[in-house]
Amino acid sequence: MESLRLALDGLRANRMRSFLTMLGVIIGVAAVVALVSVGTGASREVTAQVEALGSNLVMVIPASARGRDLRLEDVAAIEARVDGVLAALPSIQRELTVRWLGRSEKVDVVGTTEDMPQVQRHPVARGRFLSHQDVLYRRQVAVLGSRTAERLFGPHDPLGREIFVAGRPFAVIGVMTTKGRGGIIVPDADDQVFIPITTAQRILGTTRVGSIYVSVAEGTDVGPVTNHIRRIFEVRFNDPDAVEVFSQEQILAAVGNVTGILTVLLGSIAGISLLVGGIGIMNIMLVSVTERTREIGVRKAVGAKRRDILAQFLVESVIISLTGGLIGIGLGMLGSEAIARFGRIPSVVSVGWVLVAFGFAAAVGVFFGIYPAMKAARLDPIEALRHD
Amino acid sequence: MARGPSSPSAPLPRGSHRGTPLIELQRVTKVYGEGRLSVAALQEADLRVWEGELVSIMGPSGSGKSTLMNILGCLDRPTRGVYLLEGRDVSALTDNELAEIRNRKVGFVFQTFNLLPRATAAENVELPLIYRGVPRAVRRRMAREALEIVNMGHRLTHRPAQLSGGEQQRVAIARALAGDPRLILADEPTGNLDSRTGEEIMGLFQRVNEELGVTVVLVTHDPRRARQTRRIIRMLDGRLVGDDPVPDEEFVRAARGGPDGKAGEPAG
Repeated sequence: MESLRLALDGLRANRMRSFLTMLGVIIGVAAVVALVSVGTGASREVTAQVEALGSNLVMVIPASARGRDLRLEDVAAIEARVDGVLAALPSIQRELTVRWLGRSEKVDVVGTTEDMPQVQRHPVARGRFLSHQDVLYRRQVAVLGSRTAERLFGPHDPLGREIFVAGRPFAVIGVMTTKGRGGIIVPDADDQVFIPITTAQRILGTTRVGSIYVSVAEGTDVGPVTNHIRRIFEVRFNDPDAVEVFSQEQILAAVGNVTGILTVLLGSIAGISLLVGGIGIMNIMLVSVTERTREIGVRKAVGAKRRDILAQFLVESVIISLTGGLIGIGLGMLGSEAIARFGRIPSVVSVGWVLVAFGFAAAVGVFFGIYPAMKAARLDPIEALRHD
Repeated sequence: MARGPSSPSAPLPRGSHRGTPLIELQRVTKVYGEGRLSVAALQEADLRVWEGELVSIMGPSGSGKSTLMNILGCLDRPTRGVYLLEGRDVSALTDNELAEIRNRKVGFVFQTFNLLPRATAAENVELPLIYRGVPRAVRRRMAREALEIVNMGHRLTHRPAQLSGGEQQRVAIARALAGDPRLILADEPTGNLDSRTGEEIMGLFQRVNEELGVTVVLVTHDPRRARQTRRIIRMLDGRLVGDDPVPDEEFVRAARGGPDGKAGEPAG
């Protein structure tokens, strides 16, 4: 109690200096809280996006370095031969210029089939989605993502209008509902144009398929399905590594790993600044002990024991670090909010990390305060009284 | 304030030294450094001071006065010899035990006052009581009483910078008195004061000694100040070379401050 009052007196005597010292801790803690919050938020968002692709999903993509191409026949083969598969959805994506009247936008154009709304749980809002016939006859019809519709048509109704995709005329037959997820690792499904995959292949002059999404029946074990798919391609290409087959859980796990590492990395970098703040505390406390040598001598002469002096200075440094920690938490939360608002990255302030940052700040105060405090406590009263 | 076993109105008659001395040094030696570089600042000092005495120590610089005071004040331990304070051997106590004794038995007054600049007069006086664990309210009252003894009751909330040198030394004496000590040790308490203010401070020591019965040992260079005490100890080269009572006819009663203890001039 008494050392608390003494410490506060000491800090008040040098307001500016105490504040500047505290600033090191404030910045450190704020950085930890803000960066970890953004990291946590980003990781949650990515997870949500992957989950929003649809549940019980298996993805097939060609192994990048091997030059193997997926084709529509593979899609049919998966649907026909693998047990538990509801639908296999081919997809090819390319950023193309889409025009309506005078307006021209670069949009992610996706070639797909009539199964997309069901596999990716993304229904049509108005009009209709692509039909089996559209795909079969390579019709030049397009369904717009909600944001694309907004960008291209503004207040106008897109249904029945003619747009140009890579210079070819397409009839707009539908507009999708707003999914509201995407943009970080998964493309933003609201800002896409969906056309029949066959039409897309013709525009792009290819027979390949970019990737295949396989929707697995509810309650079916995904493991055997992925193994079966892998084997189909192993036989076809005579190459066990021709394609990569991921289940959604595998993707989530991988993403979770990466974002987890990223979060810890960000937190550690911020932690280093907290450490620097601690060194600042030690520095200023050493100065303070030297300045107050005579005071320490007087206190010892009138009966202060070592632990009294130790407590006085230690409490002072802990107050600096704890106050700095509290202010830093506040600033860090504000900062992460600002990043979330302006950077389109959501931030999640995790109580656990806030406590870690606060605890770390307290530990910094004790760790860097103990040496100066011990130095003060060990002073010889005679020497200290002689000091000027 | 009742002070110690000796009643304030009837201090021990001088010259009738009976019972256990307050201070007893037996062949106390203090050596600084080691081997050939060592210096004996105090050599084989034997000294007895009884309760209620008013003693001055004189001697040139380097004669060991400060070393003697440090040992008497339990700030330092003898290298050899025995120091009995109130009959208790304190020569080999730990730092914490010595701190405890300084806190309860000894009050220090310094040449440069050594008040804490940021603390008020009352807070400065409270300092020893803080380390004794006296509750805040009690501390306040004891500090006020001590400041009233030195006629500084009207300056409770002043900070040292707002006080004259004489006033600061009064606050310092109040701090020494606040803990109700048996012994006050003053190292050249008038050294930084002009002669009129110094006279007042000496008067204060005489009054504290006579009225409260507190034993006072002070260091001075000034023979006039020494004759304002009852006994003069002389030191030279770390040895006690003289120890004489001041005869009543030579004893000088210091001029008291004004009736209300008006402060003297600021220190020059």
